[in-house]
Amino acid sequence: MNYHWNWGIFGEQVKGGDETYLDWLITGLGWTLAVSLTAWVLALSIGIAVGALRTTPSRLLVALGTAWVELFRNVPLLVQMFLWFFVVPEFLPRDWSLWVKQEMPAKEFVTAALCLGFFTSARVAEQLRAGITSLPRGQRDAALALGFSLPQAYRHVILPQALRIVIPPLTSEFMNVFKNSSVAFAIGVMELTFQARQMQEDSEQGIETYLAVTLLYFICAFTANRGMAWIEARTRVPGLIAKSG
Amino acid sequence: MGEFDFSVWGPSLPFIRDGLLFTLRLTLIAMTGGIVIGTLLALARLSPIVPLARVAGAYVDLMRSIPLVLVILWFFLIIPYLTGKPVGAEVSAIITFTAFEAAFYCEIMRSGIQSVSRGQVHAAHALGLTQAQAMIHVVLPQALRNMLPVLLTQTIVLFQDTSLVYAIGAKDMLKAADVVGKNYNRPVEMIVLSALIYFAICFSLSLAVRQLQKRVAIVR
Repeated sequence: MNYHWNWGIFGEQVKGGDETYLDWLITGLGWTLAVSLTAWVLALSIGIAVGALRTTPSRLLVALGTAWVELFRNVPLLVQMFLWFFVVPEFLPRDWSLWVKQEMPAKEFVTAALCLGFFTSARVAEQLRAGITSLPRGQRDAALALGFSLPQAYRHVILPQALRIVIPPLTSEFMNVFKNSSVAFAIGVMELTFQARQMQEDSEQGIETYLAVTLLYFICAFTANRGMAWIEARTRVPGLIAKSG
Repeated sequence: MGEFDFSVWGPSLPFIRDGLLFTLRLTLIAMTGGIVIGTLLALARLSPIVPLARVAGAYVDLMRSIPLVLVILWFFLIIPYLTGKPVGAEVSAIITFTAFEAAFYCEIMRSGIQSVSRGQVHAAHALGLTQAQAMIHVVLPQALRNMLPVLLTQTIVLFQDTSLVYAIGAKDMLKAADVVGKNYNRPVEMIVLSALIYFAICFSLSLAVRQLQKRVAIVR
């Protein structure tokens, strides 16, 4: 089999439309960024809360946190996408269910961002728990001895240190979010992978298509990596990590 | 609340079983192949021959920075050009997962090899073992043992990731559930069933890995 190269394909018009293939890819990049960034904000907020819960003295809170993590870690992301998209609306009250199915704006996007956000929150929670556990016990004890309540101890003593410690593992989680957002193609989000498959079928220039999309994913991951490195440098407290370790 | 009819689970079982068998076969082949190739890649990355280390490093970094779905699509597109004839989605999936997972197992084996103390290697050399003998008889067995829990955890991830063969339509368990759901017009019940099966398998495996981790820790 011989491959017919055509690098000009990106400027050509799609079959049965006014757009070019480049327009498709740009739309795809936009949705990939939208899903990934929304999911990441969600994952950080829930993940930090759940991770902190798992280190509290309350057995009930620990059990709830553990259940959350195990639930989202032991079902494939693709199956979770289907669960949120097809199954969850069935469990809502009838009016809500109808609204979600028929009227909710950007249904695919909202579902994918929620799903990816919850999925990633379990992984963020694990990292944060490890970060909190790695702090010397004395930090918590000293805070409580000074008269801080437990939430105050978390807010002012434990979390500021733990969050700094977990920036490196969170950096790779952030890069994973962009990669994992590709699974959203399965429920019809018009993100990069969706556009890649569509353009491949439409133009029959698979290699050029996938090369371009691969490059775009690279740029996303690289930017995410640099962004986190910037945050790490900005929030660094000299000597903190060395002292606590 | 919608109307559910879970009686579809009964007649779906033979299809689910066949799909699950493919999912398991894919997982086992990709795990075995991935660990073997991954170990070779790790040895290449750690080798003093710079070009070899560079090539292996580039391969691993490339695989680790592309979404798996895209890798699956890439291989499905390219394999026919390399072999000169079209291959089925199942064969394509097996090749893809072996090649992709090798990169992840490589990084695990690399840190495993580095976790074995230098003294072990020096002692092996002092006893007259060659470089290769020291690696095969002294370093690798210990590296494997140290990394066993991590290798198994990666395999659980692999087992879950095989569901992504959906992108090329290979007939795994999820696809079987999908087909039955469409045939009986009960897609919701079938998604729930496949989620439960994945959860039951992955959760019990991760509990088992946790037990193993404790035992390995004591032995060391």
